[in-house]
Amino acid sequence: MNPLAIREDFPIFQEKINGHPLVYLDNAATSQKPRQVLDVLRRYYESENSNVHRGVHTLGTRATEAYEGAREKVARFINAPSPYQVVFTRGTTESINMVAHGYARAHLQPGDEIVLPPSEHHSNLIPWQQAARATGATLRYLPLQEDGSIRLADVEAAVTDRTKVVAIAHVSNVLGTVNPVREIAAIAHRHGAVIVVDGAQSVPHMPTDVQDLDCDFLAFSGHKMLGPTGIGVLYGKPSLLAEMEPTYFGGEMIDIVELHESTWKEAPWKFEGGTPIIAGAIGLGAAIEYLSNIGMEEIAKHDAHLADLTVQRLAEIEGVTVYGPGPGKPRAGLVTFNLDGVHPHDVATVLDAAGVAVRAGHHCAQPLMRILHVGATARASFYLYNTEDDVDAFVAALKQAKEFFGHAIG
Amino acid sequence: MQLDDLYRQVIMDHYQHPRNQGQLADDAIAVDLRNPSCGDEIRLQMLVEDGVVKDVRFRGSGCSISMASASMMTDAIKGKTISEALHLAHTFRGMMKGEPADLDELGELESLQGVSKFPARIKCATLAWQALERAAGSSEVDGEAKA
Repeated sequence: MNPLAIREDFPIFQEKINGHPLVYLDNAATSQKPRQVLDVLRRYYESENSNVHRGVHTLGTRATEAYEGAREKVARFINAPSPYQVVFTRGTTESINMVAHGYARAHLQPGDEIVLPPSEHHSNLIPWQQAARATGATLRYLPLQEDGSIRLADVEAAVTDRTKVVAIAHVSNVLGTVNPVREIAAIAHRHGAVIVVDGAQSVPHMPTDVQDLDCDFLAFSGHKMLGPTGIGVLYGKPSLLAEMEPTYFGGEMIDIVELHESTWKEAPWKFEGGTPIIAGAIGLGAAIEYLSNIGMEEIAKHDAHLADLTVQRLAEIEGVTVYGPGPGKPRAGLVTFNLDGVHPHDVATVLDAAGVAVRAGHHCAQPLMRILHVGATARASFYLYNTEDDVDAFVAALKQAKEFFGHAIG
Repeated sequence: MQLDDLYRQVIMDHYQHPRNQGQLADDAIAVDLRNPSCGDEIRLQMLVEDGVVKDVRFRGSGCSISMASASMMTDAIKGKTISEALHLAHTFRGMMKGEPADLDELGELESLQGVSKFPARIKCATLAWQALERAAGSSEVDGEAKA
């Protein structure tokens, strides 16, 4: 794959940031959008726009076909056995909340346990806190190794017959560790628990096969994988989706409505109450086509290469601490770091002055920040349009930040 | 965008050598504030007698802008009446919005004027002031309760 050719598809790279070309290294927060996705959105609104599943007219049929076609694209992309296992949501957060609300709460009792790592993004942590509070179930946290990895022996020890849910990110949004989800799923299943996988950082960046992982639920967001904001996916096994209660009730999701009770459509439509996110789904379908044309294996290799290169280069700067897997260890395409004596906000401001966009803060993972004994960190995260030149620009700007503050602080 | 406009020497000095850091006795008014989007934290304590800020201390963690702003603020409000301190907070917020500022009233705080050109950092600079406004609010309530 050729990142320089890929960049041509992304209008945002025409932008100048504080007089510099944009070096966009905040892909774990959201990705940029290629013309191919933007064109599809425009075409939808210009020539297909209509409500789905109800219009008898021609436009209604076009919109419905495009929307359901997007569902099929998502299903193929994650190797789901059927498109009916793909629920369109607003994003990862909503997907996980729907499982915690509609499935877990109905199945949890006092004494039951939810097993998860303390490194989870708040969106895969707070829904479980809330489910535990509502049902009397208990959260049980897996221990983390020094580099943020999780040992299967610890999973074996933590998951028991009391465990009803195991919740875990495939890739940590802070550490870049890749968790052994397939092995953890097998342990969960031996004890009759379901595994809920947060795929927000994995699905955009590596091949995902839900049948191989054998996960029960998988949640991910469209905007982190070249799609629009406001569209996400919840994949679930058919029997679980059948048991799961909808979170939202109203138009479009119903079967028969009586004055005092009603029944729902089948999954996935019972979860898509109201006018669904039609343009968003179609845009996500276009993003998936774009990614698939390049190849997820290629993208995974590319992102990991840039992250590895960054780790190597940062090791050459005195006073930089890198979190997560050490040099040479497997790491997804992101690098979280701190510069001694300089707050990450200040680092990010100096980088921004050079056109380099990174994230600074707690990355929606406050418990993990406490484990790392830091209030905040900075993070560079890569995607298919980033180049080795971007890494160079980032490292040069970081050296400037060090010099600037070393000088300013004296 | 000039970094030197933002990170003026006096700011770096307050960041490196914060004034009025520490804590007061338990009877002082205390306000804990955090900026949940970035993790900055501050605990501001104020000893108010007859409507005058007799003493003020802060503890916290955060970036150079948030900590320097807290340090300068505590220096500026010590000995002022609550209403003078709140007026200063109002003036400071105005400066953050890019409004013409009363430089006499602001004194050293004028060095934070550059923050107004960095919208993403304004909330760093105003964290301590928000704590002051809360603390002043509770002191008024306290005063009313006594009266």
